Amino acid sequence: MKQNQVKFAFFLDLQSAYKTLLRNKIRSFLTILGIIIGVGSVIATISIGQGASKAIQNSINSLGSNMLIVLPGSSSLGGIKTGFGVLPTLTLNDTYAIRKLPAVKTDSGNLGMNQQVIWRGNNWSTFVVGANSTFTEIRDWPVAKGTFFTHQQVVSAANVAVIGNTAATELFGLINPIGHIVIIHNVPFTIIGLLSVKGFNAFGQDQDDTVVIPITTMLEKIAGTTWVHAIAVSAKTSKDTSLAQSEITALLRQRHHIPLHKPDDFFVRNLTELAATANSSANTFTILLASIAAVSLLVGGIGIMNIMLVSVTERTKEIGIRMAIGAKKSDILKQFLIESSVLSLFGGMLGIGLGFGISSAISAFSPLKTIVTTEPIIISLVFSLCVGIFFGFYPAFKASRMNPVEALRYE
Amino acid sequence: MDDYGTKNGNIPLIRLENIGMIYKIGDISYEVLKGINMTIEKGEFVSIMGASGSGKSTLMNILGCLDKPTSGSYFLEGRDVSGLTSDELAEIRNKKIGFVFQGFNLIQRLSILENVMLPLYYAGLHSKDSEKMALSSLKLVDLYDKGNKFPNQISGGEQQRVAIARAIVNDAPIIMADEPTGNLDSVRGADVMKFFKKINEEKGATIILVSHDKNVANYGRRLITVKDGIIISSDTIDAGV
Repeated sequence: MKQNQVKFAFFLDLQSAYKTLLRNKIRSFLTILGIIIGVGSVIATISIGQGASKAIQNSINSLGSNMLIVLPGSSSLGGIKTGFGVLPTLTLNDTYAIRKLPAVKTDSGNLGMNQQVIWRGNNWSTFVVGANSTFTEIRDWPVAKGTFFTHQQVVSAANVAVIGNTAATELFGLINPIGHIVIIHNVPFTIIGLLSVKGFNAFGQDQDDTVVIPITTMLEKIAGTTWVHAIAVSAKTSKDTSLAQSEITALLRQRHHIPLHKPDDFFVRNLTELAATANSSANTFTILLASIAAVSLLVGGIGIMNIMLVSVTERTKEIGIRMAIGAKKSDILKQFLIESSVLSLFGGMLGIGLGFGISSAISAFSPLKTIVTTEPIIISLVFSLCVGIFFGFYPAFKASRMNPVEALRYE
Repeated sequence: MDDYGTKNGNIPLIRLENIGMIYKIGDISYEVLKGINMTIEKGEFVSIMGASGSGKSTLMNILGCLDKPTSGSYFLEGRDVSGLTSDELAEIRNKKIGFVFQGFNLIQRLSILENVMLPLYYAGLHSKDSEKMALSSLKLVDLYDKGNKFPNQISGGEQQRVAIARAIVNDAPIIMADEPTGNLDSVRGADVMKFFKKINEEKGATIILVSHDKNVANYGRRLITVKDGIIISSDTIDAGV
């Protein structure tokens, strides 16, 4: 019974606050406009940030899952330091040794270069990649049609090629490329598979503009070398990437006979870490934008305080009447606090609607797909409620301290 | 009975002992009440008269626990209330005193019924019972069917009757009326006064009426005249006036 009464009382308080605010619709709306815009922009910016973060993650994931890349090291002969990838230090045998490491699922030696690919009267300059048969697994990139080349075909340095979607379209148009023979660097290759569409990577390159051939064929018949540009490694799980990184480092130092005091002649890049870095910079940016948006919430709060102060003065007589018939200080305080809270909470709700609107508009009219999650909604609702209580407190306090005799005399 | 109540008939409902009130505005002090002594018994209908500036409104504010005296003691049902905090006074106003003001003082935004229910709300009653109590109060002032209307939809006389209903809804033993007919014509004023008489006679409520109008004051059974901050006379009014 007592609890029922409390519930009922709270409902009455809310209802009374609601009625009061409805009596001054335009004023109430203008009061909460700041909160609406504040919450709306917080939600919108966070949804943009999360969309961007997701896009970054997707494009990094599209490189391959749990991926590490081993690159040849830099040279520092004679005091001149060159960049990574110039030393011929990585071989195909390194690739096979890495594959046996416990934290490594599989790997593929890679050597890529731009080559002119010719089919009948057409030709197209594309990125020709030599890879192992494990390529599809490491890059998470299955073939759409036909088959990928096998380990056997790698060992025998077969003249087979798998073509990316963009390269296929440029060379073959609508014709099914499988079974046709293309010429690369004067060597004929039979197209045995068409890769599925992968899209652009994080650096804006069209990953589908490629032709993949066995690494052995690449080394022997096109590049004429024995060392690879890179080894792509897939760790067993996403947690194993750091372990795999240290295992590879230890293994390669041993294989390359590097003494303890000498630096590595290779470099292991952890793409998961890269993803984390990209993500954290996206997050920093989001937080920055959201903080700017939160300032308008604060300004909205000051607007609420301003109007509540006016409202308290206007209703001095009412406060006097309420006090005369038995309202305590806390009753008056509560009444005005509930009013400002209802105001700001209502503003918060409208703001969420606005935020949703902005974020879906951005999704609809720009390539960025925004994501609205529940956290910013809950946080901004709670925050706007806090704004209402915080900025409503002073006016409510002022009302509760009125002298009943003077308040009753107010006209 | 609650904390403040007593059924001891020997203790007067209200006893003022040497009540003084000094207002300070800047450096100047105004002594509005200069040692008021009076006693009001339960069930009385007392009229307080005086010209404006006589101190009768200040006396009324002190009697109504709206203001605290600068000096002296105020015993309400035997309890000294002159030193209570503002929240304790609010509770006394809520439980013991009902107010009827010259300007009706209804809250325009609330319906008639809600206005009448308001003292119950501040007493912590929010159940359906409080609606019943409010309706029976309205019935007493013949406004049972006007509960859903708003103050601006009814006449001044009716508004004042709503104020009476609000004053009695808590069964307060004291009803304070400050110039209750001041904003009404004589017909409506007489109508309103009829209800004060009714609640005094039927409910046994003690009525303290403040007025400068002799005709209105004569509804009471005792007339206290205040002048320059002191009581100059306290006489029984002959019945039948």
